[in-house]
Amino acid sequence: MLITNPKHLKPDYDVVVVGGGPAGMGAAIGAKESGAERVLVVDREKEAGGVLLQCIHPGFGLHHFKEELTGPEYAQRYLEQVLDQDIDLATDSYVLDLDRDNRVKLMSGQAGVNVLSSKAVVLAMGARERTRGAIRTPGTRVSGVLTAGLAQRFVNMMGLLPGNRAVILGSGDIGLIMARRLTLEGVEVVGVYEIMPHANGLNRNIVQCLHDFDIPLHLSTTVVDIHGGDRLEAVTVAPVDGFTPDMSRSQRIPCDTLLLSIGLIPDNELARQLNLRFDPVTSGPLVASTMETSKDGVFACGNTVHIHDLVDFVSQESELAGRNAGLYARGQQPPPDNIRLIPGENVAYCVPQTISSDRDHTVYMRVRQPMENCLLRLGDVYEKKIRFVLPAEMVNIKVRPKFLQQFHGDSLRVDIAPQQ
Amino acid sequence: MTTATQQPETTHYLCIGCPMGCRLEVDDIEGEVVEVRGNSCRRGDAYGRQEHVAPKRMVTTTVRVENGRWARLPVKTRDAIPKELMGALCDALHTLTLQAPISMGDVVLGNALDTGVDVVASRDMPVE
Repeated sequence: MLITNPKHLKPDYDVVVVGGGPAGMGAAIGAKESGAERVLVVDREKEAGGVLLQCIHPGFGLHHFKEELTGPEYAQRYLEQVLDQDIDLATDSYVLDLDRDNRVKLMSGQAGVNVLSSKAVVLAMGARERTRGAIRTPGTRVSGVLTAGLAQRFVNMMGLLPGNRAVILGSGDIGLIMARRLTLEGVEVVGVYEIMPHANGLNRNIVQCLHDFDIPLHLSTTVVDIHGGDRLEAVTVAPVDGFTPDMSRSQRIPCDTLLLSIGLIPDNELARQLNLRFDPVTSGPLVASTMETSKDGVFACGNTVHIHDLVDFVSQESELAGRNAGLYARGQQPPPDNIRLIPGENVAYCVPQTISSDRDHTVYMRVRQPMENCLLRLGDVYEKKIRFVLPAEMVNIKVRPKFLQQFHGDSLRVDIAPQQ
Repeated sequence: MTTATQQPETTHYLCIGCPMGCRLEVDDIEGEVVEVRGNSCRRGDAYGRQEHVAPKRMVTTTVRVENGRWARLPVKTRDAIPKELMGALCDALHTLTLQAPISMGDVVLGNALDTGVDVVASRDMPVE
């Protein structure tokens, strides 16, 4: 079901979507909706679906499908829509390059190398996990240290267990979900260690993945050493004050597996190759409110742009990207943005980075610090009360043209501040 | 007897019904839930009442499969089952070996552990 491979790729497309995960599928559907006729989705795996296929837990689709689905169910339903709409899907295929005129160099297991022309391109390559090198964890280079998402793929798709006694570093959602997953598979999970004073995953995952199984979460604590010869034998953990570990209170914990759940970074090799302009905070390309990047006709969406915590938001954002890519292909673009959003107090970033005063937008943002009873302010044109914000939970607001009727500037500061 | 003068006992829960993660307060008078506060939807009310009396969870896990595209088939309980049965259900599912092809929604284990809840496949698993 989740695989097709058109024997005859068309030589030219209206829209080519790079990546067949939820963002890519959403973009393809959006492109079709806006009238693009020839749409191709390219995925490097043997089947489309992306990371959803390994996310076998429930909790997906409450916004988008109005019911609770598992990752594979969400993927399969979405893909059925894609195939129903006569969208070409090339799996086992890889985009090597895009040139100045949006010609796509495609390498495929079945069709070899092809250069396809495309009026618009959507980048939807998702993200990669940060690895041990990203946080410079000291210690020996043993086997048994792996990222949580890789372990998830091993366990849920390939039928391999990473070990018998695991420590999890980082309280990102994938780590929390793997704590439960490994426990259900008979692996002993000793604990989750988080360097920050607050958890990084959704609150509901702390409850149903850790509390339900009596797995302790140690905040302000991190792994300071990794021991073992060939295979991991133990880790040393220590409490931290800020980022300085207190070695006098360090503890050696025997284990044969260390899972890293320390965040994702947008997968942007292709975007870098294209010399797109980047946002240093998201590590993704800068996007306009149409999700167009700094290169004409190249759009981006999903985790390629910024890391989302819910696939439902990815779907929403990528359908928008796809619709605009489709309009671009037909020469019917909306007028360009005229307002830049400036992240202010307790706002790490805003996506899109610019908006237009003539239409509705959903702006996504992430906060730097947890805060209760706060006020989200959009310059002095609009404010909204929010009960609480957490760095792990993306905030979104609808920005409507009526807020901006009296506004004549070209930049708007976005703040999330305590209520007076 | 429940009278208006009795003070309810309040327990705090965090709703797992959706990613909003509402903070619930459940008022209990002599073992009966009298009020749920803090929820933003009906799911939250239902969750608070259920969680206070007899917690239930959806279970998702995988089952061994032969001849399929992947070695494991993801499965889920069609409905939530009592929380304390999660481990036993996974143990029961570990004893199964399925043959591809399998379709999404196929029953993998009917009436699991006499809960009245079926365990079903959560994707198609074609033959490879």
